[in-house]
This record gives sequence, structure tokens and C-alpha cells, in this order.
Amino acid sequence: MLLKKEKWSAFTQALAAGRLWAPVKQDGAARFAPVAAGETPDLDYDNTTVPAKTLVFPQTETLYRYRLGQTAMELPGPGEEAVLLGVRPCDARAMEMVEKLFRWDVDDPYYLKRRALTTVVGLACKEPGANCFCPSVGGGPAGAEGMDLLMVDLGDAYLLETVSGKGEALLEGVKDLLEAAGPDAAAHKEQVVREAAGKIRRGVDPAGVPEGMPGLWEHPLWGQNAAACLGCGTCTYLCPTCHCFDIQDEVEGFDARRCRMWDSCMFAEYTLHTSGHNPRPTRRERTRNRINHKYNYFVQKFGVIACVGCGRCVNLCPVNIDIIEILRQAKEAL
Amino acid sequence: MCNANPYLPYTATIEETWFETGGDRPIKTFRVTLDDPAAREGWSHRPGQCAMVGLLGVGESMFCISCSPTEGNFLRFSVMRAGKVTGALHQLEPGDKLTVRGPYGNSFPLGDWRGKKILTVGGGIGQAPLRPVIEYVRANRDDYAGLTMIYGARTSNDLCFKGEFEAMSGCGDLSCHLTIDVAEEGWTRNVGFVPSMLMDLGPSPENTIAVTCGPPIMIRFVLENLKKLGFADEQIYTTLENRMKCGIGKCGRCNAGPLYVCKDGPVFSYAVLKNIPEAFA
Repeated sequence: MLLKKEKWSAFTQALAAGRLWAPVKQDGAARFAPVAAGETPDLDYDNTTVPAKTLVFPQTETLYRYRLGQTAMELPGPGEEAVLLGVRPCDARAMEMVEKLFRWDVDDPYYLKRRALTTVVGLACKEPGANCFCPSVGGGPAGAEGMDLLMVDLGDAYLLETVSGKGEALLEGVKDLLEAAGPDAAAHKEQVVREAAGKIRRGVDPAGVPEGMPGLWEHPLWGQNAAACLGCGTCTYLCPTCHCFDIQDEVEGFDARRCRMWDSCMFAEYTLHTSGHNPRPTRRERTRNRINHKYNYFVQKFGVIACVGCGRCVNLCPVNIDIIEILRQAKEAL
Repeated sequence: MCNANPYLPYTATIEETWFETGGDRPIKTFRVTLDDPAAREGWSHRPGQCAMVGLLGVGESMFCISCSPTEGNFLRFSVMRAGKVTGALHQLEPGDKLTVRGPYGNSFPLGDWRGKKILTVGGGIGQAPLRPVIEYVRANRDDYAGLTMIYGARTSNDLCFKGEFEAMSGCGDLSCHLTIDVAEEGWTRNVGFVPSMLMDLGPSPENTIAVTCGPPIMIRFVLENLKKLGFADEQIYTTLENRMKCGIGKCGRCNAGPLYVCKDGPVFSYAVLKNIPEAFA
């Protein structure tokens, strides 16, 4: 289906009748935020600084609440449905990837509940960022994995392609605003996607890397790349596939909750034993674990590289540690 | 697995506590029963498994369950006072409440070991996960061809379960070999490190499974010595501990290479672990 751009405001108004989240710009950076009735989201951005994962895997999330001195535990409410509008293919694919982990062996009720309540409306990329490399790791500027609906900007209109039943239901609710796509829409989309893919400057072929990682365990590349690391954790906090968390108790007066919050394998405390022993004592071991987890361990467990090539860890690292460069060095050393 | 929500713990009541050791990092044992009768009936754990023990308002930590299911319908945890959660746990007394979730992880394949001789080699608090193995084998003594325990600590005051083991060694179920690092007045048993005592005893690897747990440095030398004695990799088992938060393979941190200690472990054969570069880090 086609949505003409003059209907964009009406379309987002219709979605904003429920809970709608879309990228908004603040201080030059885009982030997902609730869209109030009367506001029109602006999709002119390459990607949000904080990935869309924050909507299904919040930075801090209550597991249950209790009163100090009592043993009754109260679970959070059932939650509300929400539409997440303008998710880039890398972020949507990451949600699907992380879901494999949250479904593995034991279901994680918190993640799966939010995934079920969220309708992901994706937006194909036209202008990839400077460090985008999604095609290297199995993605692409119009990949629809993890989405319910994909939007492709065809200039004067958006082409809307349903990916799931949730996407179909969403379109059903706004069908009066849509028109059938013409016979040339598919070719037009293909051209837009091809042009976008052509603008991706960076890349690395990871073939052989997962299998080769064990042989590189003691290679100097880990120490060399970790040498500048400040241990700030930005690469992991802002990574759409990073899912590690801590569990802590928070107490205010007699009101308390046990909650989980993002954690980072780049922090010393992450693996620090109470005894003082740390199996990953320096940033060299932590960097090695970060790359191995994405490009080796996750592949062994779930058959896919846990990196979607969004480039955030490269863009936002304060000391320019570059995962593409690390992978290039690993390839060279194989 | 316990509740439908795997993060939601059971509440439990402490029935009994006692100190195993003294010093600046004392070890206290807690005997605990789950409050909900259905949960108590539904609970089943195997030797080697762990549970997440918590204190509302403080936090949760993973501990090995230091009793065998053959001992009764309760749980035991032996906890060294070392940090925030363990410090708070040490303040607790009988009647106080805990949270418990689990049991987590795999277990010692005691079914596969039937007909074999079992040798445990432990050091310090590392004896806690070995104790359920010993108790389980004692309870099914006819199924196993032998039970030998080597256990050491820095001083006689640092030995856990000492009274129990001394009582056991008198009844013929168990060949019990205790050792301490440095000689003490009144100590009539062995003096020396655990790996050396293992060599002095020189157990035959024939039809034997060796299970070891203790400080990383001890494990390293015990493994070396077991190999010198002719034990095959498949005859050697250990149990790993890493920092954990979830216990169900989600929070990420307990991995040793590609293995999650909470799901793939904590029990591993040396045949598996020797290929994992981080296993003994």
C-alpha cells in the first residue's frame, strides 16, 4: 500500500490515538520518545543515538515490588500496547536476535511481554550513516526482520509492506488514508534500496571469523585495541544487540523493588567475584569477550552474528575503537 | 524451575544456622525450608545444582546447594562472609526470611557413575558443592564401588563440615583424608597442600571418577596431578563458579568462553573444560 506524504500527519495522528513512540530530535541527536496528540514525528534522521531496544528492554525495569519487612511480592501490571514508528532495519533485526536469547530454554516474561505489546513500524534507510555496515553482517537498508510493517520512502509517498499480522492490523485501522501501490512501486523500491546500499562506505567480510576466533585467543590484537579503552561501556549500552543486565534491590523508605538494569561486559565489576578474583581482570580480556560474544559465542548458540552493523559503537566510542577495524585485523590474522 | 515468572523467588524460612569456620571471613551454614507447602513438595534438586539466595532490600547471590536431596526436604547453603549480600545473610538467625529461586544448572552425573569409585578432592569453601556428592553416594552406598574424600584448608579452623566428616570416616562409608597447610598443635592428621596429599595417597584411576573443587590455584595443581596419576579427561569433573545475576542464561556475565556456567554448568568434565580458554581464568 502507498501512503502519500500529504497524509503523513493524519497517519501519525491516527497512530497517536494509542501509545506512539517515534524519533524526536533533541540537542541534535534523535531519540525515541512518546508522540503526543497534535505532534508529527519527523523521520529525517539516520539513526537514534539510543537504539530502539530501550522500548522492549528498558535501561531499568522493575521485576517486582515489595514492602521492607514483608514477603509479598507484586509483579508489574500487564503493560500497554505501543507502536514504535521509524525503527531502522538494524534495530528491528537486533530485537529479533535478542529475542532468541530471551526465549532460549527459559522464557523471559518481561522482554517477551513488551515484544508482544509492541508493533514495530520500520523505515528503510536512504542515507546510511558514516559507519553503517549492515550488509556485512546479513542485514540491509530495507531488511524487514523483526518488523511488523516496513515503510520505504519513495519520494512523494511511503510504500508500506506488511511483515506480520500486527502490521496488517495496523494498516486496517488506517486504510482510509492509503491507496493501492501502482505497478512500478516495486521497481521504485528496488532502486531506492540499491542506491542506499551503494552509499554504504564501510564493511568487512566476517566469513571465517566465528570459527577462527578460538585460534586468536592470545593474539596481540586484543591488547592493542583495548589499550585506549576507557571502560566507559558506551559501546555496549548503545549496542542494539547487547542484552546483559544486573539485578539490584532499590529501597526508598519501606517501598522497595528488585529491578534489572543494563550492565556492560566492559566494566570490571561485571565479572568481579566477591572474593576479589576477577576472571577478566583487564580491558584486554573484556574487549576480547565483547567481540567473541558477538562474533563467536552467539553464533555457536543461535547461528547468527550478534552484530547488526549499526555502527553506533564506532560512532560513539570516545577513543575511536572501531569494531570493523578489529574484525579486519582478526580476518588478517586468521 | 520454580514460579511461572523465573525471576520471582520463593520465600523461605531459616530453620537452623551454625558457623563452620571462624576468622575474618567466617563460613556460616543455613538450613532453610520453603514457606509455600506446594513449592516445598515441588522442589527437587540434584547434587551440584545452585540456587539464587536473596534478602529483600539487599540483593541476591548464587550459591551451591550444599546438601543432597537424600538428606531431607530442606536446603542448605554454606556461605562465606565476603560482600554485601553475604554480610547481610550472616546477620540472619533462625526464623528470619530469605528468598530462594532455582534450582539452577546441571548436576554431577551420579547416575552414570554407578558402579564406580568416587574420589572427591576439595579445598576450603570448595568443599560445599562436593558435600552433596558425598551425602548422595553415602545414601546409595551399594551403588558405588568406593568413596574417598581428600579435603584441605589453611588451618583446622578453616575446614568446613569437619565434625560431620570425622563422624562419617568412623562408620566405614567413606575413606576421609583431611589436611591443613601448616602444622598445628593437637592436629594429628596430614599437614600439606591438597594436591600433594593427592599424590601421596596416589589413588588408582581404575573405575574411578575424580571430582574437584576449590581455589583456582588448587584446582590447577589437582588437575595436573590427576593427569600424572593416569586419570583420563573424562574421569575428571569440576564445578565452576562465576558471578551470576539471573541463573537462566540471560544476564550474560557467567560465561566461560561459549559456555554459560548457569546453564551449561556449573558441572563440567575436564574433557570439555580443557578446550575452554577462560575456564580456569
